[in-house]
Amino acid sequence: MSIDLKTIKHISKLARISVDEQRAEKLAGDLNSIFEFIEKLNELKTDNVEPLTSIAETTLKLRSDEVKSKNIREQIIKNSPQDNEDYFVVPKVIE
Amino acid sequence: MSDITKKSLTELVENIKNKKLSSTDVTKAFIDRSEKSEKLNTYITNDFTSALDKAKKFDQKPNFNLKLPGIPMAVKDLFCTKNIKTTAGSKILNNFVPTYESTVTENIWNEGAILLGKLNCDEFAMGSSNETSFFGNVQSPIDKNLVPGGSSGGSASAVAGQLTPVTIGTDTGGSIRQPASFTGIVGLKPTYGSCSRYGIVAFASSLDQAGPMAQNVKDCALLYEVISSYDPKDSTSIDFKRNHYSKELTNNIKGKKIGIPKEYRVDGMPKEIEDLWQKGIQYIKDCGAETIDISLPNTSYALPTYYIVAPAEASSNLARYDGVKYGFRAKGENLIDMYEKTRSEGFGAEVQRRIMIGTYVLSSGYYDAYYLKAQKVRKLIKNDFDEAYKKVDAILTPSTPSSAFKIGEKTNDPVSMYLNDIFTVPVNLAGLPGISIPAGHDSKGYPLGLQIIGKAFDEQNILNIAYAMEEKINFKNKITDWWIK
Repeated sequence: MSIDLKTIKHISKLARISVDEQRAEKLAGDLNSIFEFIEKLNELKTDNVEPLTSIAETTLKLRSDEVKSKNIREQIIKNSPQDNEDYFVVPKVIE
Repeated sequence: MSDITKKSLTELVENIKNKKLSSTDVTKAFIDRSEKSEKLNTYITNDFTSALDKAKKFDQKPNFNLKLPGIPMAVKDLFCTKNIKTTAGSKILNNFVPTYESTVTENIWNEGAILLGKLNCDEFAMGSSNETSFFGNVQSPIDKNLVPGGSSGGSASAVAGQLTPVTIGTDTGGSIRQPASFTGIVGLKPTYGSCSRYGIVAFASSLDQAGPMAQNVKDCALLYEVISSYDPKDSTSIDFKRNHYSKELTNNIKGKKIGIPKEYRVDGMPKEIEDLWQKGIQYIKDCGAETIDISLPNTSYALPTYYIVAPAEASSNLARYDGVKYGFRAKGENLIDMYEKTRSEGFGAEVQRRIMIGTYVLSSGYYDAYYLKAQKVRKLIKNDFDEAYKKVDAILTPSTPSSAFKIGEKTNDPVSMYLNDIFTVPVNLAGLPGISIPAGHDSKGYPLGLQIIGKAFDEQNILNIAYAMEEKINFKNKITDWWIK
């Protein structure tokens, strides 16, 4: 299997990371060597194996639906790169 | 003053309780040494002024019933600390000041400890050499231009260099045990679910665990007992009976059965590592325990599995860094352009690489072939351990396949960098506890570690084995203070 530049462009779009040509070529090289290493898993037959989805093997605990943090708007907005005190501000989305 | 920083945590606690030393004496000594140690690049942020204030306050009204009375401590910069910048070693969080405290650090301050500062680490804990940090690489106190290991490299250097009595790191694939091994200190990766993940910058949620790093096993046990707690704020936190690990620590391991897995004898492993392992086996026998040859047949599949599972979870966890709610934002022509530029400029090369791998293995058409496959192999790896633990109480392996390497030596070859974690990664995949203890030196005088892997929630047992072995090994770290101004 080989990851080409077109695939890199597609993944970078999905990951929302802009990648220029030079970086794309470097990434293609890196990812190909990493996936070559990962392909080793194909040696194993796993048809009848249950996937491990949770290591703890416990079901999630239920809790009552209570509000525990009230009036923390200031805290939430405190680290925003841009805000108008009440809202996060982003580049214009709707014309 | 310098004598103070040579003391273990246990000795410092005793000295403060006996009033031989004040918290101010101790805090001053570690600040003084930290200030002379800029060359190591261990600190991203220091909080020395406020630490001294807190120490003075403690001395005015001391509470000697606490487990860490007035003890200064620096922590990995992956733990959110209220009102103190928390960066995860990344440009994207360079201006992030949490409004809340992680449960693990909260537990530490509640027992009387005082924050010294935040320690350097690989960006988002992704790395094995502390070379991916936005704040520059960390130097090892062992030798010039030597990596301290990673991702908890700043933590390892700070403990080995005596800039903090003990510290906490996080371990997703070996990030506590590998740097501990490289710098001649003790590092424990607890059972998954033992220490709360609340307030720790997330990397791979099904693998991440916080754990203690210390000069010796007893200190490690004491700090572990402070940080391990059930926490409703972490849905994967487990409510089990926790011991007084330091009090119940014993070097009596007579009759214990220790497994020696043949699959950890990997191709190309230096003879020094094999010899160290054999020495370890002899120490185990000298302690009156028994060693048994075992097999963990799927060991060689652990690393490829990890490099699907961890990046997949990381790509999902790191989706939150979009330049909107917190962190760095780049200018963009529109919203999407802003996202893409923010993430491209804000994340370093290794983090981008892992997000790309993760996005790919989760993308439509590849999910079954990679992610599902990896989850199945993860099950097989866990089954291997379950099977082994029917016969043995713990497992002994080398911590790493080599000693520490030079800065820059492996940065151009991601796969050779990843191979560093070959012995530590299976433990995270199976959710088990593992401890690395210093066990010898290689021909260059660099430390080498041995790893003891336990059953889930059996930290007491591996701490006891480590404690018994530590006595026999009698390791002395070779710290020359080469970096001191």
